[in-house]
Amino acid sequence: MTPERKIRIMVAKPGLNGHDRGAKIIARGFRNAGFEVIYTGLHQTPEQIVAAAIQEDVDGIGLSSLAGAHDYLFPRVVELLKEKGADDIMVFGGGIIPEEDIPKLREAGIRGIFGPGTPIEEAVNWVRQNIKPKK
Amino acid sequence: MSLAEKILRGDIRAASRLMRDIDDRMPSAMEELKKIYSKTGNAYIIGITGPPGSGKSTLVDKTVEILRKERKTVGIVAVDPTSPFTGGAILGDRIRMQRHSIDDGVFIRSLATRGSLGGISRSTSDIIKVMDAMGKDIIIVETVGVGQDEVDIVNTAHTSVVVLVPGSGDDIQAIKAGILEIGDIFVINKCERQGADRLEMELKATLEMGPKREDGWMPLIFKTEALLGKGIFELVYGIYRHREKLLACDYLEKKIFERTKWEFLCILDSELRDTIVERLEKDKRLDKIIDDLKRRKANPYSIVEKILEGELKGSS
Repeated sequence: MTPERKIRIMVAKPGLNGHDRGAKIIARGFRNAGFEVIYTGLHQTPEQIVAAAIQEDVDGIGLSSLAGAHDYLFPRVVELLKEKGADDIMVFGGGIIPEEDIPKLREAGIRGIFGPGTPIEEAVNWVRQNIKPKK
Repeated sequence: MSLAEKILRGDIRAASRLMRDIDDRMPSAMEELKKIYSKTGNAYIIGITGPPGSGKSTLVDKTVEILRKERKTVGIVAVDPTSPFTGGAILGDRIRMQRHSIDDGVFIRSLATRGSLGGISRSTSDIIKVMDAMGKDIIIVETVGVGQDEVDIVNTAHTSVVVLVPGSGDDIQAIKAGILEIGDIFVINKCERQGADRLEMELKATLEMGPKREDGWMPLIFKTEALLGKGIFELVYGIYRHREKLLACDYLEKKIFERTKWEFLCILDSELRDTIVERLEKDKRLDKIIDDLKRRKANPYSIVEKILEGELKGSS
């Protein structure tokens, strides 16, 4: 066999807002970077996101939020991953996230945070540098 | 504890990790598969295939709903295409089935084709084995959106379901070879659309005129509106009827024999090729051979013959 580790990333939209343009653009950017992207669609609960991430054995979860509930939803995903013993899955997020929320999110275990206007390459490079596919 | 042992004890993470190792072709995966092989062969495997956008994922979602009401546990393998240019993929079949992800009785795995052309990925049959070892009663394999000739699913599933939608071509499309020959069951989805009745008639005529099948089964046709859940109950019972028929005429045994043979030959094929390529690459022999071929100093047929003679010498 010729082994090849592919980076697998889940892009998910937790919560109630229905605007998924950003999530789709980032998913496409990741695809073009050669990653396998599992896209789970709108209105996901943190429980659904974490269950899916475990079944799909992803290396990282990218969360998108535009509706202001990120300060609850993002940390909740990290918490659930810990509960399930899956905290090796890295969580990052983007969307409309006020500057003053960022330190709290980082503290809660969100490793990368990307605000509006982030070039796709920046997110791709961040993934390449921070997420190493499983050994 | 090995992944295999953990899986047999019901560890979900171990199962998804082994699936990853299989897909990434890690040598360790084969060791684990050796350990679970004897525990597999119990699940009933349903293949769902059809053109892009015909509603396969939605049909799977609704089918699972019924299977779960009957307390059956379900594994789902959903395949989407890999980009031939970047190697990346967007796996979006889950979107339609996400509500089942928090149900412990359901395990969904998305796969990319990674260059396979038959409608499923090279890893699909091994990933099915992991779900089988997890104890899933029924495993549903959803192929990539197919056109006419991606029929590998037949060699993987016990019952193959072909999904069609009205308005996708004239009656000649229905008499061509390929996916229309592989269906044990046909679904005309989005049947509220114009042309559903005509498609049903044409399909029926094609199937009735076709050669009699070895197993004596006459493919069933169901009209569904998957989004609204219409016709799904009938479809599920159609699948059961096919299964009963296979069991009643001992054809299931034959089918399993064929499937096992296909799988064995696939493994033999890829392992032989990989082993030989690896050896040729190790001492740069491969580049030299290609160079000779390019300049027509040698021909590929004789070289392959020579390699085979050399490799097989001394082995049985």
